[in-house]
Amino acid sequence: MSAILAVHDLQKSFGSVIAAHDINVAVPALQTVGIIGANGAGKTTFVNMVTGHLRPSAGTIAFDGRDITGLPSRAISRLGIARSFQMPQIFSSLTVQENMCAATAIAHAGDGLLQQVVTPLYARRTLAESEAALELFRIAGYCRNTAATLPQGVRKLLDIAMAVAGAPRVLLLDEPTSGISIEEKFSLMDVVMAALKDRCITVLFVEHDMDIVERYADRVLAFYDGAVIADGPPRETLENTRIQELISGPKLKATTAGAGHA
Amino acid sequence: MIVARALIPGTLAFIAAAALAPALPAWLISLATVAFSNALVVLGLIILWRAGLVPFGQALFYAVGAYAVALIGRYTPVRDAFALIAAGALLACLVAFLVGFLLARYREIFFSMLSLAMSMILYGALVKTETLGSTDGFGVEPPTYLGYAPEGAMQHLVLFWVVLAFGAAAALLVFFYFRSIAGALAVPVRDSEIRLEFLGVSVNRLVHLNLMIAGTLAGIGGALAALAIEHVDPNMAYWTTSGGFVFVTILAGAGTIAGSFIGSFVFELLKSVAYDLLPGTWQIFLGAALLVTILFLPEGLGSLFVRLRRASPQSKGAAP
Amino acid sequence: MLTAFAIATDGLVYAAYLFLVAVGLSLIFGVMKILNVTHGSFYAFGAYGAAVAVGMYFDRGLPAAGGFLLMVLVAAAVGLVLGLILERGLLRLFYGKDEIIVVLVTYAAFLILEDVIRLVFGATSYTLYQPLGAAGTLDVGTFVLSGYDILLVALATLVALGASIALKYTRWGHLLTVVIFDRELAAAVGINVSAVYTITFIAGAMLGALGGAAMAPKIAVTLGIGVEVIVLAFAVVAIGGMGSIGGAFVSALIVGECRAAAVHLAPQVELFVVYAVMALVLIFRPQGLFTRAQPRKI
Repeated sequence: MSAILAVHDLQKSFGSVIAAHDINVAVPALQTVGIIGANGAGKTTFVNMVTGHLRPSAGTIAFDGRDITGLPSRAISRLGIARSFQMPQIFSSLTVQENMCAATAIAHAGDGLLQQVVTPLYARRTLAESEAALELFRIAGYCRNTAATLPQGVRKLLDIAMAVAGAPRVLLLDEPTSGISIEEKFSLMDVVMAALKDRCITVLFVEHDMDIVERYADRVLAFYDGAVIADGPPRETLENTRIQELISGPKLKATTAGAGHA
Repeated sequence: MIVARALIPGTLAFIAAAALAPALPAWLISLATVAFSNALVVLGLIILWRAGLVPFGQALFYAVGAYAVALIGRYTPVRDAFALIAAGALLACLVAFLVGFLLARYREIFFSMLSLAMSMILYGALVKTETLGSTDGFGVEPPTYLGYAPEGAMQHLVLFWVVLAFGAAAALLVFFYFRSIAGALAVPVRDSEIRLEFLGVSVNRLVHLNLMIAGTLAGIGGALAALAIEHVDPNMAYWTTSGGFVFVTILAGAGTIAGSFIGSFVFELLKSVAYDLLPGTWQIFLGAALLVTILFLPEGLGSLFVRLRRASPQSKGAAP
Repeated sequence: MLTAFAIATDGLVYAAYLFLVAVGLSLIFGVMKILNVTHGSFYAFGAYGAAVAVGMYFDRGLPAAGGFLLMVLVAAAVGLVLGLILERGLLRLFYGKDEIIVVLVTYAAFLILEDVIRLVFGATSYTLYQPLGAAGTLDVGTFVLSGYDILLVALATLVALGASIALKYTRWGHLLTVVIFDRELAAAVGINVSAVYTITFIAGAMLGALGGAAMAPKIAVTLGIGVEVIVLAFAVVAIGGMGSIGGAFVSALIVGECRAAAVHLAPQVELFVVYAVMALVLIFRPQGLFTRAQPRKI
């Protein structure tokens, strides 16, 4: 089975600082990958390289067999790799519905500037699709609210919903539950993962919360000091003492969700 | 159609203005002609303003349009108003296209300053050019209109109608532009360029496009102004001229298409009244008016920065 | 050779003028992030004030040195009064609003002050010629340098040094530097940002007025002198980097010499040399020559 995303000998250095090196990962379609690691370990560098925000110093990235190394993020988005942000990148001045319509319309209109000029933003099809997307992510109730007034959880969901407006095949989530209260983390992820599964999207998510990782990931990539030091099923990887030492901390026999990490 | 309903008030206003014109005093017609020429510049300004960009140098394109008209009139036998205006528009568009490669890469205060610098470069060049009359500028002859050469009072009237026509056309085009994807993305540009880039949109290209539209509109405004004032001089490129356009944008209060025309008209009227009644203190009056507007129309100003004048899906009939 | 010398000296004098005119603006922008269009008014009031007061002084035949001192005092007084009125009375109402709004407020204030000048001083032109004579001349080879020009250059250097030292070694200077760096952080550690703003604005106003007072003997003090100065000051500050005194100094030197070169070698471009340099610098370093690029704060 060919991987939908294949990264080979990837490396990124900033001057003499090596932010990431020797990254070799092949992700089969529809696998859910959890990426863990301390801050500065190279997780975000990895995400930025895959989404085109950073150009790798060495190595290759292939998307569905096609080499996308060094392509700009705009091109990579159009090809089918999307991302969400730790600080949700939404249009604060607009309502939720307008946000979603904007994302949907851009997805349909394509790249041509001319086409963008002559296509109305609120075409019927755009409205219908936006509504469906908002329903899928369970935030349709907020459609009239201005984005700036939304609670953090809804902002995150909107950010993700917009990211997938263009029907990407791969989605990278950057700390989807950061800033979300412990009680809401699981319900948020339930909605997100269900929606993404419905859309047949391969998901890679960066997370610090090991309970989230354990529950939703099929596979865990552990980053440390710029390299991948573990790559395997969640339970094994998280129980690995070295991983516990370096990243996640000892696993407590927790009775409440979310207390299982340092 | 719901869209047509939104256009009715504006259409009626333009028709009414055109119909009433022959009955109005000459000074009012002249004032309105200049006002609506300037309104086109303001229209261009609000296109950029919605994206969070405030150009301090729109006078660049205004002067380009005006001088194009004046120079063609001076060195060629062409007198047709439409040809002259088209030339002004094209030249301004070209300048905007070229300058845009540079300007579109900047945001916020740097965008504003670079825009200012460009306009001052033109100013400096114009002042130093003896053949163009240096600071005095030179005159522009009354134009003909597709062969028709109006006499006397008709000259002002016909020019007014032409300006109205251009104004109406511009208003209509900008109205549809704001409803298009490219036009509607102005506010998103202001809110999150990152998100736009990651959705696949080239924000720089969008800004470049907006600059070209704003520049062309300003060029047409300048061309019309040159015909209305019958004179061009380097002051049309000076920073105070640019400042005046920004001033009107604030006065217009709502960043709307209608506001551009109403605001321009009110501004010219205020200026004229102030100049007549308070010759030594008209600037105090204008400055105070600006302060009052800023202080007491915060919503109006807020609208400049916030509202996407739309066509929100439920209220498609909302007037822009 | 002679032209080179002429360019060098002319450039230096013009640089002194530019620096004196721009330093106040740079300070105010650096600390308060306000592009202060009223700066032109400070300049104009300083020039008018000097023309009137110092003119009267010299008319009484009092010693020249006192005259020069008076120029500085007049500038300080003008700056204090205007700065205080504007900052406390007007700008205060608009803090926290969008930067562009504040710029427009200063623009409105400038318009108002332009007419105030007309009301107070009338439409006639004032000349202040006595300081020029009092400063004498200096012979350098075949060149006759104006003593006043030399004094101008000295003044500019003094101001530059004084401002830099004040910023680096005095308590107020440190406070200012912190506020320039990060206003929120400064407030969070307990700095009275409001007081810092007032003091800065007044200092900037005084410097602007000083620029006007110093230039009064060299120009015809008349309506509208503030208008040109504003955009010139903006250009110098943009090139040097907003908020950088050293930047304003270097920028003034660069622009001054470029303009002098243009005047002697290519007079057609004289007027636009300043803005061309500005455009060129902004293209390669939009934040100016001496400011660090601000990282985007999320």
